[in-house]
Amino acid sequence: MSLLEIRNIVRRFGDFTAVDGVSMNIEAGEFFTLLGPSGCGKTTLLRMIAGFDSPQSGEMFLDGKDLASIAPEKRPIHTVFQSYALFPHMTVAENIAFPLRMRKVGKDEINEKVRQSLEDVRLADRGGRYPGELSGGQRQRVALARALVNRPRLLLLDEPLAALDMKLREQMQLELINLQKEVGITFIYVTHDQTEALALSHRIAVMNGGKVEQLDEPSKIYDSPKNRFVADFIGTCNLIDAEVSVAGEEKMVLQIRGLGEVAAKNPGASCGVKGILALRPEKVRIGAQLVPGLDENHFKGRVHDFLYMGDVTVYIVEVGEGVHIEALLPNSAAGRPRILAVGDPVEISWRYDAGTFLDG
Amino acid sequence: MAKNFGKWLISGPPVLYLVVFFVIPTCIMVLASFRYAGEYGGLAPIFLHDASGAHLNLTLESYREFFSDFIYSWLFIKTLIYALVTTFFCLLTAYPLALLIARSASKYRDLLVLLVILPFWSNFLIRIYAWMILLGPQSAFSAALNGFLGIFGVGPVRLLFTPFAVVLCLIYVQLPFMVLPLYANLEKHDPALLDAAQDLGANGWQRFWRVTFPLSLPGIYAGIALVFIPVLGIFAVPDILGGTRGIMIGNLIKQEFLEARDWPFGSALSIMLTIGAMIIVGGAALVARRRGRGDV
Repeated sequence: MSLLEIRNIVRRFGDFTAVDGVSMNIEAGEFFTLLGPSGCGKTTLLRMIAGFDSPQSGEMFLDGKDLASIAPEKRPIHTVFQSYALFPHMTVAENIAFPLRMRKVGKDEINEKVRQSLEDVRLADRGGRYPGELSGGQRQRVALARALVNRPRLLLLDEPLAALDMKLREQMQLELINLQKEVGITFIYVTHDQTEALALSHRIAVMNGGKVEQLDEPSKIYDSPKNRFVADFIGTCNLIDAEVSVAGEEKMVLQIRGLGEVAAKNPGASCGVKGILALRPEKVRIGAQLVPGLDENHFKGRVHDFLYMGDVTVYIVEVGEGVHIEALLPNSAAGRPRILAVGDPVEISWRYDAGTFLDG
Repeated sequence: MAKNFGKWLISGPPVLYLVVFFVIPTCIMVLASFRYAGEYGGLAPIFLHDASGAHLNLTLESYREFFSDFIYSWLFIKTLIYALVTTFFCLLTAYPLALLIARSASKYRDLLVLLVILPFWSNFLIRIYAWMILLGPQSAFSAALNGFLGIFGVGPVRLLFTPFAVVLCLIYVQLPFMVLPLYANLEKHDPALLDAAQDLGANGWQRFWRVTFPLSLPGIYAGIALVFIPVLGIFAVPDILGGTRGIMIGNLIKQEFLEARDWPFGSALSIMLTIGAMIIVGGAALVARRRGRGDV
């Protein structure tokens, strides 16, 4: 039995359907992420799991028990809010003690657990401070400690790192992974940041327009996006309109307007089907001269533009008649000057199975 | 230099205004409380001239009179009780109202606040006279109340010209001054805090007592100050609705100035009232600050 079963949840606000028939199972001990752009329904779904909102139809079961029959304050589910929602009139220690007090835990036990929690989040000397006196990262850790102190079955995290700067965010990501491993509590994490989702999660549900577009492990989501939305939303991706001209058992040939024929892996499409070829920039080789390998598509073109990112350079290469393909080149050798400039002739190539053909 | 000049240009006029219309009159009043009353009202001269030359004509007579008869202290205590009762009931009625407004949909909030301050659009005295009619023996309210009491064999009660009428009207008059600061405070509360409290296991009552109420304390203090202090000095309401039993210290002060024409005693009473209010409010502020330390 899954820890949390979500079946056909629908939530409408007037004419707007925020969550449109979502079903998923979340297993015990999992770091599960709801990923999607703002307005995709991920936060609404999270609020319904917490109990701040209720679905118009559908059911949710926690450990086999219907969640609808449990009041929000009685659910063994705690939330880390985006704004942290620390009580400003209570000290850090009082904030952490709050859920224990609500459960009428004895005073000595509260003191002991609060002390332990503060140590766990490395804030042992900050117990007497007020939240207003802490830094963003410290508040974040207090919010985590408060939500974990009475060991909920499920921890919901609503974009908890969104307010932190990038350096701190990366550090907190590592801390979150370690914390989740240590406490063994199931995390449901909501974010619109795909890098964060890929880095943290065991499984990701990519949501859009209230529906789950794809639910899978991070590497599957990245390497084999199921549709145009997922391919586009996760990472950067060349999306090239294509039509199947020859469909073989394992391989097929795509006809791309302005470029010609391209070999690709056949996911099971038949001849004449229109769709897109999704091709990650880092899977495209680029160089002034390339020796095409076996099973590789090979094209000549010109550098149309490039973006220097520090660790890598993204080249936008114009091939054929007005087809733009992005390719990644790591700036690996220290101090190496850029070897390609705008207008330079270049060659690109990629293995037939580097991209994914998505119909529709 | 130029920076200082700009600062003075902005703060100068209000400071000057307060000096001319508050500081100087207060000094005049303090001085007046130590003078003798003139023979036909007003004040006797400060300097008396006789054969040995000019000498000061000041006295502690007014203060001696104040402490010589307990009736004056009693009037102070009574005024204090009225003010406390008024403040208490204002808080009791205003809090749910302010909470309701703060939690209602934002498109209705301005309208509801407008309704709270709507009474200010009609004249203060007219509103008090309206209460005179409402509480009068011929009013439907009196008739209904006495009809109800009659069932239990309790004789007809008079509402008008009683302390009850005074306090009832004081609550009515002062209510907006309690609602507005409370609303201003409650409206700023982050709704996520209540979600968090519920999420962490707090039921409705606990959410109120542990989160909403402590966070609203600054609003409560502001409301108490705005209601309590003006009530101490009010005289129009007891004048019109209080009869002889319902008078407050403000009535006595007015009487001393206008009817008894004993300006020094009236001044002394005013000063005692100011000092009393300062002690009470200052003491309360100290307690509040000590308890609310660390509030954000």
